[in-house]
Amino acid sequence: MHQNLTRSRRWFLRLGAAWSAALVACRSRTSAPGPSAEPRAIGAAVSSYGSRSRFEKAARFVDQNTKVPLEEAASLTPLHETYGIITPSSLHFERHHSGVPEIDPATHTLTIHGLVDRPLVFTVDELKRLPSVSRIHFLECSGNSRGEWRGGSTESDVQRIHGLTSCSEWTGVPVATLLRECGVQPAATWVLAEGADAGKHDRSIPMKKALDDAMVVYGQNGEPLRPEQGYPLRLLLPGWEGNTNVKWLRRLKVMNQAAMSREETSKYTDLMPDGTARQFTFEMEAKSLITKPSGGDTLASAGLFEMTGIAWTGRGTIVRVEITADGGATWTAAQLETPVLPRAHTRFNFSWKWDGREALIASRCTDDTGYTQPPLPELIKVRGTNSQYHNNGIQTWKVASDGKITNGNRA
Amino acid sequence: MATARKALRIAIAWGCAIAWSEIAYSAIAWSASLSGEPHPYAQSPTFGVGRTPKPDEVKAIDIDVTPDGKGLRPGRGTAAAGKDVYTRRCETCHGPTGTEGPQDVLVGGRGSLDTFTPQKTVGSYWPYATTLWDYINRAMPFDHPGTMTADEVYGATAYVLFLNGIVGEQEVLDPTTLPRLKMPNRDGFVSDPRPDIPAKKRN
Repeated sequence: MHQNLTRSRRWFLRLGAAWSAALVACRSRTSAPGPSAEPRAIGAAVSSYGSRSRFEKAARFVDQNTKVPLEEAASLTPLHETYGIITPSSLHFERHHSGVPEIDPATHTLTIHGLVDRPLVFTVDELKRLPSVSRIHFLECSGNSRGEWRGGSTESDVQRIHGLTSCSEWTGVPVATLLRECGVQPAATWVLAEGADAGKHDRSIPMKKALDDAMVVYGQNGEPLRPEQGYPLRLLLPGWEGNTNVKWLRRLKVMNQAAMSREETSKYTDLMPDGTARQFTFEMEAKSLITKPSGGDTLASAGLFEMTGIAWTGRGTIVRVEITADGGATWTAAQLETPVLPRAHTRFNFSWKWDGREALIASRCTDDTGYTQPPLPELIKVRGTNSQYHNNGIQTWKVASDGKITNGNRA
Repeated sequence: MATARKALRIAIAWGCAIAWSEIAYSAIAWSASLSGEPHPYAQSPTFGVGRTPKPDEVKAIDIDVTPDGKGLRPGRGTAAAGKDVYTRRCETCHGPTGTEGPQDVLVGGRGSLDTFTPQKTVGSYWPYATTLWDYINRAMPFDHPGTMTADEVYGATAYVLFLNGIVGEQEVLDPTTLPRLKMPNRDGFVSDPRPDIPAKKRN
């Protein structure tokens, strides 16, 4: 035993000596500074809350050049600078209607009332005592990609065009559990969700969705919701347009009609060519994007590139993503990376050999209802260009022969 | 040993009971949905978490107004009286006549919805007058929401509707008259027909 130890120690020392010699040899051959060339200063101490490397700069895009007050503006996720399917909470897109309130979770409550047998008020702590679920779901603003209805800027990029979608793991209580606590009366058909923000943002939700997969959420990516995402409580309606997922949730009122609030009549309705408007267009339809390479990137030279992107659908699960490099003439299946989850961003990858000539690259996805993401012109044929919301058309990127990539939707 | 077996038997029995209650519950839900009987959630057991709110607590937050006028606070207003409120609280963002901006245009746009430059204003687009009252009461003015009296809200509502030619200058709006107004675009909304892109074989 003792002998063995001695031998292994000697072996280890010999190995160390060999390594040092090798390193010295390397150093003498190159002048490039490597880790070993640096003074071996001791690193930073442990800390109570981590932050990213100072070398990383990915940030939400905030359009400062707008007449809209920044309290009711949007900030967009850098989709081209995120990996996998989870959006870091600090990069989750924002859209507020009257600013981000600062709410003390010790005093915040959720009231459920209206057509119920037992109206109830819950503290945040009480909600956390109820059986919880954690689910990974995307959240997309219905106004995402709206600029493309009328042909967006060729110089734009995936963040500025499509950055109003993000994906998180959400933790909370099923709304069905809460409604069961309160005893929903037979006449009930809608649930009004209202926030505690300054403008008391509100949307009417059909009872069917409330009882299906709706959640009252307090957790995001393993920690409490960020203030921008509704701290301390928000509604989450998997697959439904962002603004229905009411943040800073303060009450759910069970009703026998829709409230016809400003947001669900004059704002989040989709104007059609004949002047009528579609109302209660809740679901976000199947959509996909090549996020890398994409607008603003430049390919260094012809040869192999890894294309990557995301696909999602509010109606279920992505079953297929296909890639074209010839403007839609031919399509080839991309690799879906696991996990592939319902109503969640799904990561896809595709190895592409660029021949150095001009190319139009795009992705399209199909979900488990059989629906395939359409080309934007097909959407426009049916909906015209006034609808603003729910653009899930195919995004084409134009690769010029010098490798420069621009928005190719008008190409 | 005998105790352990007994505990196991009880656990299994409980497991079966829970499983059966789930099935029975689904059956009740299904039959209730057919027969219009009381919603099954009304009969479900509860966790006993949460407390009953006091009537005043609910009243303080129960601010929504529906198209039938439910939720409207007592009060009244006319465009004549509301002009002053509009000038003080609304004009900076919406302009002297509701058409200048810089924020949402409130007036005009009738007949524009099917053109290339649709103008979605209160007069051209909003289907219910109650929504206007609710939104002013709820969220306006943008920088000081919730600070207007009920009469001021009726007044501002009346003035915006007057600028749109929907009410007369002296017409009194109150909880009875406001829900009776028929907005020009009342019938302009349709339900969601999606998926609206025909599924077809794509290359």
